[in-house]
Amino acid sequence: MAKNKKKRTSPLMSLISPAQFVLGVFLAFVAGALFLWAFQESPVEAYSALYKGAFSSNRYIAETLLSMTPLIFGGLAVALGFRCGLFNMGVEGQIVLGGMAAAYIGYAWDLPQVIHLPLAILGGALAGGLWGAIPGYLKARHKIHEVITTIMLNYIVFQVAAYMIAVGGPMKADNELPVSPDVLPTAQLARIWEGTRLSGGIFIALAIAALVWVFLFKTRLGYKMRAVGFNAAAAEYAGIKPGRMMVWAMFLSGALGGIAGAVEVLGVHYKFYATFSPGYGWDAIAVALLGLLHPAGVVASAFLFGVLRSGSITMQAIAQISKDIVLILTALIIFFTATNQTLRPILERMVLRLGSKREERVSSQ
Amino acid sequence: MTTAVEMKNIVRQFPGVLANDHVCLEVEKGEIHGLLGENGAGKTTLMNILSGLAAPDEGEILLDGKPVQFGSCLDAIGRGIGMVHQHFMLIPVFTVAENLVLGNEPRKGPSLDIKRARELVTELSKRYGLKVTPDALIRNIPVGMQQRVEILKALSRGAEIMILDEPTAVLTPQEVEELYAIMRSLREAGHTIIFITHKLQEVKEISDRVTVLRDGRVVGTVETQDVSLKDLARMMVGRDVVLRVEKKDHAAGEVKLRVEGLRANNSRGLPALKDVSLQVRAGEIVGVAGVAGNGQSELVEVITGLRRRESGRVSLDALEISDMTPRERMYAGLGHIPQDRQRRGLVMNFSLIDNFILGFEDSPPFIHGPMLDYAEADRFARESIEMFDVRAPGPDVLARTLSGGNQQKAIVARELQRDPKVLIAAQPTRGLDVAAIEFVHNKLVELREQDKAVLLISMELTEILDLCDRILVMYEGEIVGEFEAGEATPERLGLLMAGSQEGGV
Repeated sequence: MAKNKKKRTSPLMSLISPAQFVLGVFLAFVAGALFLWAFQESPVEAYSALYKGAFSSNRYIAETLLSMTPLIFGGLAVALGFRCGLFNMGVEGQIVLGGMAAAYIGYAWDLPQVIHLPLAILGGALAGGLWGAIPGYLKARHKIHEVITTIMLNYIVFQVAAYMIAVGGPMKADNELPVSPDVLPTAQLARIWEGTRLSGGIFIALAIAALVWVFLFKTRLGYKMRAVGFNAAAAEYAGIKPGRMMVWAMFLSGALGGIAGAVEVLGVHYKFYATFSPGYGWDAIAVALLGLLHPAGVVASAFLFGVLRSGSITMQAIAQISKDIVLILTALIIFFTATNQTLRPILERMVLRLGSKREERVSSQ
Repeated sequence: MTTAVEMKNIVRQFPGVLANDHVCLEVEKGEIHGLLGENGAGKTTLMNILSGLAAPDEGEILLDGKPVQFGSCLDAIGRGIGMVHQHFMLIPVFTVAENLVLGNEPRKGPSLDIKRARELVTELSKRYGLKVTPDALIRNIPVGMQQRVEILKALSRGAEIMILDEPTAVLTPQEVEELYAIMRSLREAGHTIIFITHKLQEVKEISDRVTVLRDGRVVGTVETQDVSLKDLARMMVGRDVVLRVEKKDHAAGEVKLRVEGLRANNSRGLPALKDVSLQVRAGEIVGVAGVAGNGQSELVEVITGLRRRESGRVSLDALEISDMTPRERMYAGLGHIPQDRQRRGLVMNFSLIDNFILGFEDSPPFIHGPMLDYAEADRFARESIEMFDVRAPGPDVLARTLSGGNQQKAIVARELQRDPKVLIAAQPTRGLDVAAIEFVHNKLVELREQDKAVLLISMELTEILDLCDRILVMYEGEIVGEFEAGEATPERLGLLMAGSQEGGV
């Protein structure tokens, strides 16, 4: 009897999360097709243009990977916060701040490359991390909800950023534009693909994703954070200090956002300006949710959002379809990811049926 | 006798579990029918199906011989089936009358006709002899009365068949007696009652017939008067069960846990502990009896460091631990089985492995610098599962997929593996079935024999009376009585628990 029960929780169960991901995306594209059709556009044409825009040439592929990079960092930032029960809505601000710090270190300090580049990235991480730790502390100490504080802190960053590079601002370059001076070559992330803008940042992103996985699932600190995220009362009972974990989680989450900004500035723009992030920090929330808060899922969904971002521009050019359809698609993906949770029991039941059918076959042989 | 309810070959599957496996149940009109089984035997699932909350995968339901199908619990209510859940579905800030008419409100124009609602309550309460106060807020009335409100609510919807899910779990001994009286008078009025329980004495005392479920299947339906408690236990568990723990005489040693003049507030900032002092010696089980909400939870939390004290001291051996963090107290030798296993004891979305190392995650042998040694954790989890007979498909399943009894066994396993000098066991058997209770009780007695000190907080008088060497009674934040094992009787304890002075020593 007990043995039978054992078999029913089959290894198929571990495929449910990827299935959930694929199903969510699929449903979003189906619903998106309905929207296109309602606007009397051809879904086939739109989606093939989207595909072409993301993959049809080296340059397009590079652009796809390029927008994927900050989305990985941002998605990891949001996912890490969520794992500790915290909703970091401040990634956009942390990206901007990280970019600002990295740019400053990049142009103001003169150092050999082996030190300069890592230091600039680290500076971005530290800036984002400390900024993220503020809402963490406020939540831990004064129970102020992090959604409110992270959003509010975003606006402070945006205004500071605008001031820094405005006329007379402390980071303003010596020219007509509202930008910072160029980052010195010693702090630039090298381009790795002839004829494209792709930098080594994508590899840093993938490496950090692996590190975050190790951190969350193999280290003591990651374990404690997840315990607090799932059940703070039980963590406290076991002697873990939930408040301390919250500050740590928000620091690390913010640091990941900061790295996103640093890599973007040091690898793509080579200078800081106030609007260098086209909302990566907001997309990051969708990336993390679609990725089911798992680093591998985050990489997969960052890739998808990278495709949407870079493909949409070409789609508008080739197929004359407004790239706003991508905003609709994004919204639909978020919608179906959220509703996907209700599909989970259904998927589990399907797996169950499958499992018991197989068992019958085996026993009838 | 005619058959009121017939359930035929009911099958209901959940991921990993066959909750009901071709279950057949026949309930006669006007009887009190016990539905007995361990946790996870499928009792509640079966009744959820009967009350329209869940749909069966297979099988049919007949009422008065006619097949019926319920799309929702409203359908079932329409057919005269009412269920009183284990956790009451009442709104605490509404009055009794408001709760009673909720969903079926008498109206005066667009607004609630509160006068009519109040009349309805008085009328019903008179007809069935159930005492309630129509204008009291639910949160201000005792649990027993809340339950009566739930019963009245079902009756007001025309329930002919009443399902009571573990109705005695939250009641004091006196309230249980009142409930039995209500059940008998309902039976006299022609109602049919199905009541779910895992307590043998209750079945024996109140039911006419009983159906026993085990592992989702029916073991049998019997006339209650024809069977003994031992028979029922054997049917329920599938083997002979020791109903009363064997406890050898054992001399208590030196004081291990000392609590002196403890004062603390509850979460609303009101005094919950008013100068509590107690001692537990090595090789001794000291029980704290009392109705829930009289400061027991706060006492446990202050001792374990989860709640701030206003004044007083707690010491373990000679070491004062009052100012230590929970982790430091744990390292000093304090073990704690928390009263709410799902809220405090386990991280439900963690695997068993992760749960077994909860609290161990900073100690050897589970650490490798900043990393956790999962090979070691896995070994430890398997060992604990084996030693403490936790029924789980494997160490990597999520804690929430286990039954309550196995969750509790996992907690007990983890806490005993710490080898504590003093164990605080808060309601360690709440909601557990006979076999799991037997297991936990044996473990506590083993600790006593190993000269550990055990402080047992429990709402179950039988548990306290069976296990403890000394019994304290808590009432409104104070210790109002202390008994040696031999002196205490349920009556004396019950009176003290209810706040009367007469039972006192």
